[in-house]
Amino acid sequence: MLGVSNLVMYYRTLRGEVRAVDDVSFSLQKGETIAIIGESGCGKSSLAKSIVRLLPRNVSTYRGKVILDGVNLMELDEETFNREVRWTKITYVPQAALNSLNPVIKIGDQMIEPLLLRRKMDKREALERAAKALRLVGVSDAFLHHYPFELSGGMKQRVIIAMALLTEPKLMILDEPTSSLDVLTQANIMNLLKRVRKEMGLSMIFITHDVALSSELADKVAVMYAGQIVELGNAEEFYRDPKHPYSQKLMESVPTLRRDKELSFIPGSPPSLLNPPKGCRFAERCPFKFNKCSENPPITPLDEDSYVKCWLYEKGSS
Amino acid sequence: MSEQLLRVENLKKYFEVRRGLFGRRRFYVRAVDGVDLTLTKGEAVSIVGESGCGKTTLGKTILRLYEPTDGRIIFEGKDITHLGWKELKWYRRETGLVQQDPFGALPPFMTVKRILEEPLIIHGFKDKREREERIYKVLERVRLTPVEDFISKYPHMLSGGQQQRLVIARSIILEPKLIVADEPVSMLDASVRVEILKLLQDLQKSYNLSVIYITHDLSTTKYFSERIFIMYAAHIVESAGTREILRNPMHPYTKALLNVIPDPDPSNRFTIKEVPTGEPPNLIDPPPSCRFHPRCPSVVKGLCDVKEPPMIEVDKGHYVKCWLYG
Repeated sequence: MLGVSNLVMYYRTLRGEVRAVDDVSFSLQKGETIAIIGESGCGKSSLAKSIVRLLPRNVSTYRGKVILDGVNLMELDEETFNREVRWTKITYVPQAALNSLNPVIKIGDQMIEPLLLRRKMDKREALERAAKALRLVGVSDAFLHHYPFELSGGMKQRVIIAMALLTEPKLMILDEPTSSLDVLTQANIMNLLKRVRKEMGLSMIFITHDVALSSELADKVAVMYAGQIVELGNAEEFYRDPKHPYSQKLMESVPTLRRDKELSFIPGSPPSLLNPPKGCRFAERCPFKFNKCSENPPITPLDEDSYVKCWLYEKGSS
Repeated sequence: MSEQLLRVENLKKYFEVRRGLFGRRRFYVRAVDGVDLTLTKGEAVSIVGESGCGKTTLGKTILRLYEPTDGRIIFEGKDITHLGWKELKWYRRETGLVQQDPFGALPPFMTVKRILEEPLIIHGFKDKREREERIYKVLERVRLTPVEDFISKYPHMLSGGQQQRLVIARSIILEPKLIVADEPVSMLDASVRVEILKLLQDLQKSYNLSVIYITHDLSTTKYFSERIFIMYAAHIVESAGTREILRNPMHPYTKALLNVIPDPDPSNRFTIKEVPTGEPPNLIDPPPSCRFHPRCPSVVKGLCDVKEPPMIEVDKGHYVKCWLYG
């Protein structure tokens, strides 16, 4: 359904070009969820924004293919993209969206804005749709006539998710949807997302820094490091046996409640995206580093839709 | 066996809020409402709870950064509940705070050296050479090495993990006996988190330091503390040894918390978790009964919603504030 290939997005700053998304490829089937995990600054939010074409003003390079149902979105002009894709086929819930609700506009009026603008629906019909969406996410439709300050954090996040579902999208992109919420509220939102995707047959891109949380939704996992996907795998395989040394190290640093294990950390810090190393970007911190790592590692397919970007898995070597 | 360092008895901290015309109507937010807690020398304990439960206020009140409303704080046998300014200076030296947001906690216009020198000057280290020696020693201790590379840097030049190590260095430079670490890793990335927790643990062991670790994240407590206090709506609702609580949680709130925290496991995506409905009570006017009863799946009508449960010792060292065990 969705195919992203060789997506590149650089932007220019005073200190040089930042390679926020650097040659990223993955695909997603209908009803499937991919979790994009990585640490802060690895480019996971930039990747999401690049898919919905919400680019920073100082963007310098933007190329690659984003194919949704056979149409290359990169070739659409801005107007068509706005009318047919953004907020209709693809909805995007940015990080901390719950705090960006307009405090002086009633929930209902904020929710229906995309319907009035994009779908040219009349207001009564739109409000009815909004009420339905609110009920779907477990919020009473009486809140249509309330202001955001009257809602708790968890409720606001539900309203935001309802907004993203209004246009019955095919793909929903969620950027850290629960990072400012409490654990119980977070579990509630995860339950909600699981239910919604099943009922609507929705595909999701779920962006998070929390490895344990990502397993709540992920059918597929993409691990990002310094602007690149270093590993793409199926959930079943990935959480039990990650392949890339960075994924392995990341997994070792995740505390677990139910199992006993020794925690470890990754010394050093990720390279600057201003001038990343030519070879493998993780090599500096990698315990398995060898001479080949000074060259850019190829993408080695492991099976049909999983791959790893590491010299250790190159065909012929073992 | 081991010496008691800190005893907190029935500690309360209420904040006044004024509302209405000219602020004539006064309310009190009961952020900490009758907490008992003990800590032995060299022990690490965790206080776990969700945002707004009063855990940070509890930590800050113990450090006397807030004036307690009621109750007693006894540190090394000395009642410090209402110490005056002069004597508090001694208490400040015996205690330290590690804040949640390291960048916010560090003055942006001071170098690493100035930041660490300030507490030494305030506490009367007159000899410049001695101060410098201590700064070098503490930086090595928190592994901001080579020290020469860091000493003249400003906070914004350090990574998040390095900033947090600097905050820790500042909190231990006077060699205190007690540290309160308030969510020290919640702003950091996973791979750095473990590094900071290990550093804290290492310092705790080698200096025989007592640490109160305040967190919302139960999964990290296992690696760090010997005992856990679970806090809900300004009360401690359960306390026990870390292993014991994780293996055998008794309070319905603790059970709910443990149930929802995910481990990385691909089967998670097929299960819907049971989550208590509703939200924690307003602390201006909390229910006079058990504060968890409106959300509790095993609530006993006519008891839980009427009377506040006492703290019950159900097993040796395992306390629960719940009528199910009364």
